[in-house]
Order: sequence, then C-alpha cells, then structure tokens
Amino acid sequence: MSEPAVEAIDVTRSYELEGGVVVNALSGVSLRIDTGEYAAIIGPSGSGKSTLMHLLGCLDRPTTGALRIAGADVSSLDDTQLAQLRNETVGFVFQSFQLLPRISATANVAMPLVYRGTGRAERIERARTALESVGLGHRLDHRPTQLSGGEQQRVAIARALVSQPTLLLADEPTGNLDTQSGVDVMRLLEQLNTDHGVAVILVTHDHEVAARARRRIRIRDGLIESDDGAHSVADQSVAP
Amino acid sequence: MRFAEAFRVALDALRANRLRSLLTMLGVIIGVAAVVILVAIGSGAKAEVEKQVEGLGSNLILVVPGSLEIGGAPSASRLELTDVELLGRAVGDANAVATTVQSGELVRVGDKEVFTTINGTNETVVNVFDRPIARGRYISAADVDTRRRVAVLGSSSARKLFGDVDPIGRQVTIAGVRFRIIGTFVDVGSTFGVDRNAEIHVPVTSAQRLFGVNRIDALAVKAPTIDSIPAIQKRILDALAEKYPGDKFSAVTQTQILGTIGQILGLLTLVLAAIAAISLLVGGVGVSNIMLVSVRERTREIGLRKALGARQRDILVQFLIEAVLLTSIGGLIGIALGVSASLAASALSPLPAEISWWSPLLAFGVSAGVGIFFGVAPARRAGRLDPVVALRTE
Repeated sequence: MSEPAVEAIDVTRSYELEGGVVVNALSGVSLRIDTGEYAAIIGPSGSGKSTLMHLLGCLDRPTTGALRIAGADVSSLDDTQLAQLRNETVGFVFQSFQLLPRISATANVAMPLVYRGTGRAERIERARTALESVGLGHRLDHRPTQLSGGEQQRVAIARALVSQPTLLLADEPTGNLDTQSGVDVMRLLEQLNTDHGVAVILVTHDHEVAARARRRIRIRDGLIESDDGAHSVADQSVAP
Repeated sequence: MRFAEAFRVALDALRANRLRSLLTMLGVIIGVAAVVILVAIGSGAKAEVEKQVEGLGSNLILVVPGSLEIGGAPSASRLELTDVELLGRAVGDANAVATTVQSGELVRVGDKEVFTTINGTNETVVNVFDRPIARGRYISAADVDTRRRVAVLGSSSARKLFGDVDPIGRQVTIAGVRFRIIGTFVDVGSTFGVDRNAEIHVPVTSAQRLFGVNRIDALAVKAPTIDSIPAIQKRILDALAEKYPGDKFSAVTQTQILGTIGQILGLLTLVLAAIAAISLLVGGVGVSNIMLVSVRERTREIGLRKALGARQRDILVQFLIEAVLLTSIGGLIGIALGVSASLAASALSPLPAEISWWSPLLAFGVSAGVGIFFGVAPARRAGRLDPVVALRTE
C-alpha cells in the first residue's frame, strides 16, 4: 500500500486571462497520495482545489513542476496519451452526477469501456456487475431521469468503478444530495476504498464529509496550508 | 471508440431531435431530388431526340445551306429544284435524293381548321426516309412533274380534320387552294410537342406555286452503305461548290446531327444539374449550422466523454458520422423522391424523363461528401473542446 498513486512536486498552474492578466491558481504544490489512501482536499472556493483536482484527474497539465499519475509523467504526454491514462487510471464522481439523460444506467456505466475498445457484450456484463456492487441491480435499464439523486450518484460511482481505476476523484459528491443519500454515498466510497484498495480523493468544502476521511489536505490561495498525513515528497524525489 | 458505437451514438442523437434532423435533411432532400429530376429530364430529352433523328432512316445525308453548328446563323437558301437532279448525277442515283420546301399554312375541311407544316417533297421521300404509308399511296413522280394538287396527311392531322371518316379521296383546302387526299402516314410519335404526325406532304412543285417561291429548303441523300458516306458527302459538296461558287453548304449525317444536338442537350443538362447542385450546397450549409448548434448544446456531454477517456479523434468521428448520417439519409430520401417524381413526370406529362444509373449514385455520393465537408468544422470544434471548460458549461 505504499505505491504512490499520485505524486506532485512543486506543481504550479497559471492561467492567462483575456487582456494578458496571469492568474496563479496553484503556486507550488507538493503532494503524494498512495494507492489505497482515503484523502480529502478541503478549501474555500477560489483556493485552487478544483484546479488541483483537474490536474490529479489528468484533465489538465501543470504549468511548471512534475506530476506523476500512476507512474506516468503527465507533462510528457500528448492529448491522446493523456486521454488513455485518464481512461485507465482515473474514475470521476461529479457533484452534478454528469450522466447522459437519454441512455440507460447500464449504458452510462459502460461508457468508459467504449473508449477502451472493450467489446459490447463484455461492456454490458461489467456495467451490470458494477451497478450491482453499488446496490442498483434492480435499476439496470432505468434512465437517469427515472432515478433519485442518490441513485444517480451511485450510477456515477459505478461508472467510475467499471474501468477499475487506481484513483477515484470525487468532486463534492454529496453536494446535490439530501443528508441520508449523502451518508449512503459516503459509505459506498469508504467501502470501495477498503474493499478494492482504490485511492479515493475527495474534494469538498463540507467539514462533516472531510472529517470522515483518514487524511485531510487543506488548501488556500493555491498552496497547501496543512496536511495531517503528509508523506515526505522530497525524500521520494531524491531517491533513485 | 469503435466505429459501430460511434454510429449508434450518432443515430441516437439524431433520433433525440427528430424534427430538427428532418428539417436539416430537407435541404439535402430537395437538392438531391432536384439533381435527379433535372438530370432525368435532360437525358430523357436527349434520348428522345436521338430516337427521332435515328427514326429518319439510315445512312442519311442532309444537305442544307450554311454551316450546321452551335451558334451558326441560318442562311437564306439558294437551292432550287434542279439541284435534285444535280445531286442525283453526283451520287449516281436520282432515286436516292429527296427534297423539301416547308411553310406553315392554314388547312381547312368544312368548318375544321388546323395550322400545320406543309412539306413540299418529291416521290423519292419514301425511299430516302423511313416514313411508311398507312393507307392510300405516296406522291408519285407524275404528281411532281404535273404539279398535281394532291396531299398525304400525317395521322394527327387526319384525325383532327376528318375524325373517324376515311380521308382518302376527300378534299382539303390548304391556304385557300383545294388538294385531294391520296394517302395517310403511319403514326411516328412526337418530339417536345412538335408533332411530326401533323405534317402534310404535297408535291414540291405544287408547294412552290402555293408558297410563291422558287427555292427549296433542303435536300436529303441516302447513301447505299455507311462506308460510302464520306465519299458521297464530298461529291455533294463539290457539285454544289461548282454551281454556287462562294456559298457555303453542309452535308451532314445523323451521327453529326446527333453529335450537335447531344452537345446542346448535354450542356443544358449540365446547367440544370449545376442549378440543382446549388440547392444541395445550401442544404450542406444548413447541416453545418445545425451541427454547430448540436456541438454547443452537448458541450457538457463532450466534456464528460473526454473525462472518461474519449480522445479528440473519438469525438470528431462521432460528430462527423452524425453529419454524414444526416446528409446521406437525406440523400436517400431525395433519390427516392427524385426517381418517383421523374417516373411520374414521364408517365403523366409530355416531358420525357430517363433515370440514368449514374445520377442517383452521384447525388448520393455528393450528399455524403457534403456531410463530410460541412461536418468537419463542427466536429473539429467538438474534438478540440477542453474537457475542464466543457464540464463547467451549463
């Protein structure tokens, strides 16, 4: 359980706005999260936590610094390779579920496998297994609009799981849910973390949610303010 | 992404916006149908004319004053009746030379009137042309020599003037002069409403007196074999050049006439097809427009697909397939519409329409091509969307 799932060394990310103004969303973040860890990234809005999540999810590349996801150096990958890395190692859970409304729960869950080139029969089989594992075996052919918010988020979790990622990124996963559904979703994430050993990174500003995580990384103004479970990143980077 | 999956996704997206998809296709449907119909009418017209010209008879050389080509002005004729004998000597067979002098005249029987072409000819017409007699007899050499006022009626003129009554032996009044009917022609069909069955033939000598002229309009020579045609053409032109120094004459075969007519009608078909192609182009712009709207509407879907591992190419292919599906389904509907409209036109109206095998194929190919051409820009835009930005879009 000591393999690094994510390793960031002095990562910065800046955006140039129209008119040439440069905004530093991340001003130098070093971070290591191992496989099987369960960490929460906490911070007020504008702190840079979304930018960090996009970087960890391979949706974006750092402006400077080194970022390794599942051992691959993100900066050296082109768009196609980045898409492949995303497909194979990262699962996303979004605040607003991000399910396609026209297709069934099974088809939604099977989507990551489409881009991996998995055959249709196997896709459906694996999507069903994933839906059953989140307790939605009776909702396979329902469309997202026919499901409750909690059920929709569980479909999204099944979709994140189906590709067997090493890293599951959840962006405010309980933000659009009532209390009970929120608790259910959190339990499910915890269960996945312990049962499957997948590293779960939770991005939230909800302290109750963050309190359940085993490690809390607090971020403010593009820098890590506190980290109650930090590994020595410097040691890792010096080691041969 | 597997092609079949991209195809299913695209089909699903089109089905989700049925009305919009149909309206977008409409531009392509109209364009393709127009191409198919206009090409069918163009080639139908060409085939019809060719049939008519071939129907004149084989190994025929037509001799007219002036030069016969596109844009050539018609020349006044200086040919006269003695040229029939001149050409008879030149080709070595007087029976192989026919002549004509034509004028439109009013023809009357009792209270029935028709305005039609009066064709002054000689007795060799039945030998030179393929113009069989239904009843009675054709004009004889004696009729020509003695300037007899006799006439042979085309089938439609006979019907209009006499109805069901047998016209043989009865009288008609042509431009106020009485003629006796000696025969009727077999029905030969019509070209573009110009009814060759309406023609009335009279002896050339009687016609010249009736019209008050000494000229003849044209001569026709039947060559014994195809191979002899060039030599005969030369002998005809040499004889005429000797008699009328400085004047220009043409001795052309059906093949040459067909070539000229083919050129004109080919050009006409091309122009019609080009006009129709413009509407296909406009349809393509409509497809491009709708695809841009579709990309904008589905920005979040694109962002999500990219987050789940879709490559730029996967998204591009998905939207390109959608555009090509729109235009090729539209193309197929357009072909069905165009083919049935063409068949209906040729069955119900005098417009001859002929479906050539290549025009539906071409129309389909072009419409699919239009889909690719006009789909590429929106599809590229979709493929290049930044997933971070796309996911944030509301």
